[in-house]
Parts: sequence; structure tokens; C-alpha cells
Amino acid sequence: MSKIAKGTWVEIEQVILTPEERATNLPEDTKKTPYVLRVSGFLTAEAELGKEARIRTIIGREFTGLLKTVNPSYSHSFGETVPELLTIGTEMES
Amino acid sequence: MSGRDTSYAAVMARKNEIMKASLGIDYEEFIQSPIAFDYDRMMRETGFSLEDIVRIQSETKVGNTPLYELRRLTEAVRRISPPGKGARILLKDEAANASGSFKARRASISAYQAALKGYAGMIAATSGNYGAAVASQAAQRGLKCIIVQEVYDSRGVGQPEIVEKGRACEAYGAEVIKLTVGPELFYMLLRTLEETGFFNASLYTPFGIRGVETLGVEIAEQVRSRYGKDPDAVVITHAGGGNLTGTARGLQIANSSQTRIVACSVDLSGLHMASDHDFNRKSFTTGHTGFGVPFATWPDRVDVPRNAARSLRYMDEYHLVTQGEVFYITELLTKLEGIERGPAGNTSLTAAVTLARQMDADQIVVVQETEYTGAGKHHNSQLSFARQNGIEVRRGDPRENVPGKSIVIPERLDQVWGKEQDMDRLRISYLKNAARALPVAQWSENDIRFLAADVKKDAAWVQQQAAQLEA
Repeated sequence: MSKIAKGTWVEIEQVILTPEERATNLPEDTKKTPYVLRVSGFLTAEAELGKEARIRTIIGREFTGLLKTVNPSYSHSFGETVPELLTIGTEMES
Repeated sequence: MSGRDTSYAAVMARKNEIMKASLGIDYEEFIQSPIAFDYDRMMRETGFSLEDIVRIQSETKVGNTPLYELRRLTEAVRRISPPGKGARILLKDEAANASGSFKARRASISAYQAALKGYAGMIAATSGNYGAAVASQAAQRGLKCIIVQEVYDSRGVGQPEIVEKGRACEAYGAEVIKLTVGPELFYMLLRTLEETGFFNASLYTPFGIRGVETLGVEIAEQVRSRYGKDPDAVVITHAGGGNLTGTARGLQIANSSQTRIVACSVDLSGLHMASDHDFNRKSFTTGHTGFGVPFATWPDRVDVPRNAARSLRYMDEYHLVTQGEVFYITELLTKLEGIERGPAGNTSLTAAVTLARQMDADQIVVVQETEYTGAGKHHNSQLSFARQNGIEVRRGDPRENVPGKSIVIPERLDQVWGKEQDMDRLRISYLKNAARALPVAQWSENDIRFLAADVKKDAAWVQQQAAQLEA
């Protein structure tokens, strides 16, 4: 596994509560899953993907967790065109 | 504060001390019983006058937003209305605030207060526009910011709208703690407040609500100066109740007392708000019944000891609309009025269409907010995501909408009807919740007075309902 350099912007994942530690009165489906946190920051030391890593967030707080993503990015979009919307408010419908 | 027990039970048990330290408000001063508290005094004692709030907000690019008349939409509504009907529809363009929504009003006073009291930063737990608003206001006051956000289901899939809201928070320099589905969001908020000693920029403090009062005042002043009369109705997208409470209080301050206060939410009945499976089967992340109804019928279910947002105290009517109707109206706004705005802010516009059809043509209905739109936070993104998640999307009669299963987009404007909720049922539901907090037999005269004010009824009505609850 290649090493990720110190200072790289990454996202880590931490299990905050295991299913047993979670709040009571959860719906059945939620109850089976752990409560998981993700947060991004700069690696404070060299680390490996999938292994434990320590980061410093943009405001300077430190977290330890499993290194999930290198250079986490946003790729959300306008989605695939929904043809049902196209004609609304046009002559075709007036 | 490392070394303290951070288990769920231990942190929740420290709730009161964490709250007190992170807010600088001692709620004990106002609390009178498990039900009643001195609401008016709590709101007064924020220490800010309306003039102060206007000044604070103008420093950080908040307020004084445009009010537009939606001429082509009004014409379209008049074409499907009986003769003489079809009120003028006005739109308050709150997307013009810093960070793109009315939530900047709410965050602005908290940020000012946090800086004034010497806090190093502020924290909010929210998946909505409020996160970006807090981050943007914190940036302008030189404060650090943490947003605690419910983003993903257990597969790690997040709704495009929430993902975009997280992006916006990070863009304004906030640390964003992204969590999977669950009510433990509150636990994470407490833990983070305790670790950092930051200010709790809760949505439900008096600061948050007083910040929205300027919105109501601006509406009254703008409508009067342009049309020489008060608005006949103001429609407000309703979730936690702060938007409605603050706006209605502002209208009262401006003496616009005859204006009908109309709440509107997207009907998501049947979907469980804490369900991992249902999480990505709803196409609205706020402004829906999953928040609107529980918060109306028991406001004190929040992250502060007493909620300053008390919607039933101010609400005259409560309308529900379907997801499909809101998407239709969002598209119509774009095509007829030439402005693109986010779908959540268009929930109240949808109800306004229904109201306008029944109101006289010389009357005025105001839609009191818009929100920004863009990748992720766009009705096409939401519908496309719904389709990918197995939700049926089609044109047809919106009454055939089934939350979590199908989104039926109206074929014509005259199919946009929504439905009205029975206000007394909501009020009685509130009283039942109050009876859980304190048995009816123990309600004092002061409790009854408080409850009456909180449901916009008189004491005799509350007593009559109380007798039936006891029976």
C-alpha cells in the first residue's frame, strides 16, 4: 500500500457508537447500524488508506480515524434531466 | 475536556450544564413549571432592540431583501380562478441574504452575541440552510465554526441537497462533522460543545427567533409603501417553527395585526424521520411534516431547555402540499418569473397559489422566503435522485402522491390544491403532549394561561379541552 504524505487533505471515518451503544427507541433498521462520523482535514503524519490516521481540521481540531478518502471532493450535480419538468410553463401546456 | 465519560448516557446526563455554559442563558430564571415559562420576558431579555438587530444584520449582509410581485404567476392563477378572485402574489427574495436564505437572519444575532461574549467559535447541529448561515456569519465575525450534520444513510449515500449544504458550510470555512442517520445528532452536538467550549448557535434560542422579526417588519413596510395597505396573508414554510414565529412577531411589531399567518409544509406522512431506509426516500430535507407537525404540537423537543419558536402561538392556518406540487410550482416560477430558486423555499409559494385562488383579486398574499439553488439543491437533482432510489416520478393528479413511493407532478396549475389541516386537532395534540409533561390535574391557573396563549385560544377553551382529556 502506498503511503499518503503528511499534509494531504483527506477524509477519515470514526465509529462513534456501535449498534449496542446507540440510543434506545430507534427504528429497527437504524438500530442495526453503527453511528458513524466522517470529517475532513490535513494528515498530521504519513498514513495509509484504510488504516488509522490523524488529521487536523480546517479550524485546527484533531481527529483520529480510518483513512477513507484522499482529496475528498464534491461531485453532486443537477442530476439526469427529468423530462417531466421540461414542458411545465411552456406553450405546449398552456 | 478529555478524560470525561463520552458514552451516550453520560453525555446526555450532562445536558443541562453543557447547555448553560454554551448559551450564556439561564433558563431557570424563566421556567415556572414543567409546562409554563415567562416567554415574553425571555424574548425581551435578549438585550437587543429591533434597531439593534437591524444594525447588526446590516453589518453582515443580512436583511433588506427585495419584495417582488409575481405578475405572470398571478395572471396564471387568475385564469383558473372564479371571477373577481386571484390575489396578487408577492415574493420576499430571502435568497439575497449572505449564504442564500432567511436563515442568515437567525444566525446573525447568535454570531454577534458569541463574539460579544468572547466565545472562540460557534456550533450548530443542522442539515439545512442554517449550517451555511452560521458558517457565513461566523466567518464575518472572525469566529471558528463547526457544523454537525446528518448526511448519510448506512450505505454512505447522502441526498444531493444535504451534500450541497455541507459543501457550502465548508466553503465558508467551517469544520463539518458528517454523520449517519439517527437522533444521536444531539449527543454529538453536546459532545462537541463540551470539547470546544464554543457557543451553541441553536436554532431555537431567543437570539435565533428575534433575528427573524426583521423579516416580518420588512414585509409590512414594503407592502404598505407600495400598495398602501397591509398584506392580507403571509405564507410561511414551516418546519421547526422559527421562521413562522419570528415573521409573525415582526408583523405584530409593525402593527400588521389583521394579516393571516398561514403555515405550509410538504406532506411526508408515513415516512419515519429516524429511519435509515426512509432517509433517502424523501425528496425534501426540511419544511415537511416530519418536523412541522411534531414541532407545532410540542415545541420543547429541542436542543435548548425552552424553545423560543412557538408556532401555534401565532399560526392561523396550516396547509399541506405534496412534493409533486412543489416541484411543479418551482418549475413554473422559473419559466414564468425568470428566477431559479431552491425547492424548499417554494413550499409556501405552492400554498400561496391555492390561497390566491380563493382570495379576492384586490387582496395580497406574501410568500415570505426563497432560498438559493444550484447543483444538488435543485428540483431536477432531487427528482433525479428520487428516481435512482426507486421512487416513481410521473405527471398526473397530485392527490395520488405517496411519500416514499411516488411523486406525482401536476399536469395543470388547477390541480395544485394542497390540503388544509384541522387547527383544533393540532392544538389538542399539543395539550395531550403538555399533559405528558404535567398531568392535567396539576395544571395551575398560570399553566392554563400559558397554554391558552401558546395555542392562540382563551383559557376557557383550554379548560374545556382539559376536562375532556381527563375524562
